[in-house]
Amino acid sequence: MSTVEDREVGAQRPVPIAAPRYRAGTGRVPVALLVPALVGLAFLVLPLLGLIVRAPWSTLLQRLTEPGILTALRLTLETATLATVVSVALGVPLAWLLARVEFPGRRVVRALVTVPLVLPPVVGGVALLLVLGRKGLLGSWLDTTFGVTLPFTTTGVVLAEAFVAMPFLIIAVEGALRGADTRYEEAAATLGAGRWTTFRRVTIPLVAPGIAAGAVLCWARALGEFGATITFAGNFPGVTQTMPLAVYQTLEGGDLDGAIVLSLILLVVSVTILASLRDKWITSP
Amino acid sequence: MIARWTRVGVAALGVAVVLAVSGCGGNSTTGAGGGASPQPGTSSAGVTGSVTVFAAASLTESFTQIGKDFEAANPGSKVTFNFAGSSALATQINQGAPADVFASAAPANMKTVTDAGNADGSPTTFVKNQLVIAVPKGNPKGITGLSDLTKPGVKVALCAAQVPCGTAANTALTAAGVKLTPVTLEQDVKSALSKVKLGEVDAALVYRTDAKAASSDVDGLEFPESAKAINEYPMVVLKNAPNKTAAQAFVAYVQSDKGKAVLTQAGFQAP
Amino acid sequence: MNDTLSGTGEALLDAHLVVERDRFRLDATLSIAPGEVVALLGPNGAGKTTALRALAGLLPLTAGHIRLGGEILDDPARRTWVPPERRHVGVVFQDYLLFPHLSALDNVAFGPRSYGMNRLESRQRAAAWLRRVGLSDKARAKPRHLSGGQAQRVALARALAVDPPLLLLDEPLAALDAGTRMDTRAELHRHLGEHPGATLLVTHDPLDALVLADRLVVIENGQIVQEGDAATVTAQPRTDYVARLVGLNLYRGLAHDRTVRIGPDFSLSVAEAAEGDVFVAFPPTAVALHAREPEGSPRNVWPATIDTIQRHGDNLRVQISGPVTAAADITPAAASQLRLASGQQVWAAVKAVETRIYPAASRRSMPTPPPDATPAPSSGGTNRPTLAARQAREPWQP
Repeated sequence: MSTVEDREVGAQRPVPIAAPRYRAGTGRVPVALLVPALVGLAFLVLPLLGLIVRAPWSTLLQRLTEPGILTALRLTLETATLATVVSVALGVPLAWLLARVEFPGRRVVRALVTVPLVLPPVVGGVALLLVLGRKGLLGSWLDTTFGVTLPFTTTGVVLAEAFVAMPFLIIAVEGALRGADTRYEEAAATLGAGRWTTFRRVTIPLVAPGIAAGAVLCWARALGEFGATITFAGNFPGVTQTMPLAVYQTLEGGDLDGAIVLSLILLVVSVTILASLRDKWITSP
Repeated sequence: MIARWTRVGVAALGVAVVLAVSGCGGNSTTGAGGGASPQPGTSSAGVTGSVTVFAAASLTESFTQIGKDFEAANPGSKVTFNFAGSSALATQINQGAPADVFASAAPANMKTVTDAGNADGSPTTFVKNQLVIAVPKGNPKGITGLSDLTKPGVKVALCAAQVPCGTAANTALTAAGVKLTPVTLEQDVKSALSKVKLGEVDAALVYRTDAKAASSDVDGLEFPESAKAINEYPMVVLKNAPNKTAAQAFVAYVQSDKGKAVLTQAGFQAP
Repeated sequence: MNDTLSGTGEALLDAHLVVERDRFRLDATLSIAPGEVVALLGPNGAGKTTALRALAGLLPLTAGHIRLGGEILDDPARRTWVPPERRHVGVVFQDYLLFPHLSALDNVAFGPRSYGMNRLESRQRAAAWLRRVGLSDKARAKPRHLSGGQAQRVALARALAVDPPLLLLDEPLAALDAGTRMDTRAELHRHLGEHPGATLLVTHDPLDALVLADRLVVIENGQIVQEGDAATVTAQPRTDYVARLVGLNLYRGLAHDRTVRIGPDFSLSVAEAAEGDVFVAFPPTAVALHAREPEGSPRNVWPATIDTIQRHGDNLRVQISGPVTAAADITPAAASQLRLASGQQVWAAVKAVETRIYPAASRRSMPTPPPDATPAPSSGGTNRPTLAARQAREPWQP
């Protein structure tokens, strides 16, 4: 047996395969994605940097100690948190209904639930007035029966914020529920757990990260809400003047520096809170 | 493959159409006329071109009427308005908003514009306005004067302090010795008025002109202290006015007999 | 929790399961005595999982009934249906479905807690069960930190922690690798033996069935085709599927005295006399292959063609076709004397004494033959489908 006979007929020399599009040194990020990503990042971050650069650093300290600021900040954080609590309490069951129960008109209901997302917030405020205002469909009943009016109250602020922010939570939670494995709920049923127990001990814990993510979105949206708040709840310091309203009023009053200071405070507080939320609480396991 | 490109083409066409339409439309909050924007200049019949007027909210109805009259008297002209709280307008002008004329509800707000060097010449006062108490039609809570506003259960809307009607209201309340806590501080007088119209508040301190303009929904109650807080309305052509000729013509028209007739009809007082 | 067990030996579970879904119809009668382990064996799509889900209450019956310890769980005719959470039926799922957010201990304690025990007592009970399955040290571990075998044991403990009168297991060993499967099977056998209630084990693995069950129920296309203890079923398979599972050559024919007519030109001589519709079975090891027509004692000799050859343990399994198809196991020594290649002509010989014959008709009505005989993949060994066994479904009419 010679090597000549061993060579297969028609054997060819190996051809080098085409070189990779990008060299290994640049890592695994293709340029086609990197450039738009950086542009997007700049677009979102530069205005914030502008705020920081233009801030009246020389007078900042004395402005920070102005009495109204802390009141507005506290009011803002309280109302946003309460609005989130309301949204979770009402939104999670609604999301469950939309995700798990087949009922006629479900698609319409789902579309209606997302309407506050596309509605201009001021229009939302007007709509709330027409229903929950003193002369509104429900509001007049509340007024005559209980003497309760909602506009111009802090409760009104919470309602206005919940109205615009709840759809975020509902969408996030519905998505999580749809993606969840329903077989665990079957397993729980075979172990003797009734529907409420299953919901409480199995369904909710399994979608908890989705609920947390939705709640964060909801809180952030509620924090920044302006149009619905000023239309429905009005504008009064300490009661209904949240930070966004205070910024607007300060700006319209011609005090640009004051408005920047308020904006910076809101920016710092919200970034601190959002950044401190641990990733693992929000992303699914 | 063809279907995909057709969809992309339609989408691109849609975007182009939207951009073109929005480009053609005016960039004002209310328009007093239609049609394309003609070039500035003077024709034999009067001035032409577009005039952008930033005016206090309380001037909405009267200036809109004056604008229509001006366009009729000056064919080829187009007046567009931006009605808002005077402080907001002053801020916008100082930030470089393109306006020809500024009509403020109080000298203080005009001062911020002149101090910033954005006025062309000195402002002229063209009307005065006085406050009334606006209540829902029929005066359900039986308000008779400023002191009634502090009765328990009475909700009052005021303008924010930096807005002319807010300053005037505070002056009047101080003069009457009434300490009032409103439920809301609105950004312009029309917002305060709309709260009364909606029935959300029992009273608001607005201008006589506003109450008159909304007479089908509200009653305007005079009160003596309003005389202590009369607002003078100055008006000026702006330094960076794109159409100065037409701007000056408009200012002149407002102060002409025809303009004055409209303003008096609305309830303004002579300066 | 133990009040539904009867001690008289009569059926604890009495069920006639009729479920109609899409184009599939399950119609099976099951009865299981306390302490008995029944394996529901069948190919994929046979209806085993449907039966299990109906028993668990996850699927309502179309007709029939389910009675457990005298209590009616499902009876469409009487409009009675008990939801799964009130059925007291324990289920071990194929993927175990241990709650990922709970520790092993809390998983096992879940059942007792749902039944009303307080947290402390249910955890104590759970700890006792974990000890029984030998996983006390894993009490605090989350399911994702457990190995396959450990998860299986936790799932079993979880199902048993409420002392269910009926325990259902869905392919309990399918998710395990071969080595773990052997050990786990032995342990499972022990636990099932200790379980006082009825047990139904759904599986497609005959070895599981043989080791774990007292009785086998074979289901195909929604019908029960054979039932009996392990020995009988494997010795006398009645369907192609079972025959394949246990690795026998199976034929059906018309017997007269000691001859069984299997096809128009083919008969087999058998050891016992019989009459009428019968099955004939012999293992592949009974088939000898010769290069030339053999003379001598074997009564059953026929010319055949080699289809395929495979290794089968230490032997070679040869699939042959001819008047009937068959599988033959030959030793390497015998193989060396033949030229084994696909298409090669050989002579097959089977001694009559090595054949087994048993009646085809039984008390149970025969199933209608399925129109499409696609062989199911067998998991136990390397049994290849025998075409003859499929032929055997239609008895040859003279």
